[in-house]
Amino acid sequence: MSIFSIVLSAILTDNFVLSKFMGCCPFLGVSKKISSSIGMGLAVIFVMLCSTAITYPIHMLVLAPRGLAYLQTMAFILIIAVFVQLVEIILRKMIPPLYRALGVYLPLITTNCAVLGVTILNVDNFSNAPTFLEGYGKALLYAGCAGIGFTLALIIFAGIRTRMENSDIPEFFKGIPATLIAASIVSLSFLAFSGMS
Amino acid sequence: MAKTTKTSCLKEFTKGIIRENPNLVGLLGMCPALATTQEAKNAIGMGLATTFVLLGSNIVISALRRVIPKSVKLPAYIVIIAGFVTLIQFLLHGYLPALYTALGTFLSLITVNCIILGRAEIFACKNNVWRSALDAAGMGIGFTLALFLVGSIRELGGAGTWMGIPLTKGFEIPILTQSPGGFFVLGCVIAIVSKIARKKPPRTIGCQGCPMSETCAASQGGCSK
Repeated sequence: MSIFSIVLSAILTDNFVLSKFMGCCPFLGVSKKISSSIGMGLAVIFVMLCSTAITYPIHMLVLAPRGLAYLQTMAFILIIAVFVQLVEIILRKMIPPLYRALGVYLPLITTNCAVLGVTILNVDNFSNAPTFLEGYGKALLYAGCAGIGFTLALIIFAGIRTRMENSDIPEFFKGIPATLIAASIVSLSFLAFSGMS
Repeated sequence: MAKTTKTSCLKEFTKGIIRENPNLVGLLGMCPALATTQEAKNAIGMGLATTFVLLGSNIVISALRRVIPKSVKLPAYIVIIAGFVTLIQFLLHGYLPALYTALGTFLSLITVNCIILGRAEIFACKNNVWRSALDAAGMGIGFTLALFLVGSIRELGGAGTWMGIPLTKGFEIPILTQSPGGFFVLGCVIAIVSKIARKKPPRTIGCQGCPMSETCAASQGGCSK
């Protein structure tokens, strides 16, 4: 994949939430206000980048050469869980303003399937790159762009939800069903980026 | 729900199927319910794979509930769950390679399915092995049925087939098998289920709506999987 196509597919055509369905819970849960969706989005970008930075070398240099690739799921989820805890502690001690902005969202991310998903997809997509560094660079780029795509979807959706608050919806559609149908329409607009099949 | 010792074993099993259906009533595990339901067949596969992991992890966690120290509860659960996920990956890769390819990444993502960690936190760590197994079987079957329902609607409406058998060819709306259709069908199914159950649909999802938000070890209710 060329760099341009990685960026375009991760942000728009293969958007993590709207076409890959990863990270639906935070997408539907934390999208009530634009401010909180920006915080959540930034935290996700940060964790996706950092966990890819750790898991990709671990897969390439430790697991794959020893034929232990099947331990991927277990190793990755442990790394992500440990890492998120670590980031929380470090941010609280070192950069309190950033912690106040992102801190609330960090624990929610530990088991967000978008984060585990991006690390696994990176290994699937880029593990056969000619050189380790090329694969590593592309993996990091993909992780960053996937996070940006997630944030974009979250912010757009938060804008729509604030407008939906006062609309007149049938009683049994109120709440989650209406939210899901709104998500379906947003997803429809993103589908246009890949063209109708 | 913490004190369930009085409920009969049968109730333990049946509650997950309709009344406390983890997917349509509890709103957990939304990602697989959207991503693996293009075809009814894949939906059943995903449901059964999740049931397998849920059953295994619930039994092991409940058997070890006095051994695992409280402070490392969550990492221990995650390792047990990931172990069973690796096991089902091997089994599917070996015996059902077509399903293995169709489910793809979402097979690994069973590890972070809310339902499994949720049942471990809410049920398995407080109840004996037999009850935990029944609970897991009920919840797993409930999840499978929910996925199967959404998958059947999407496949019938979107591809004109059901379980691969052509039924409504010529009337299909292809968008239903694509991502917008997933959100739309799931939204409608949840609305109809809450209409039939005659109660208001849940207003929140994720951590706020998650039954384990109080107990979840990640202080703010880290169950936003």
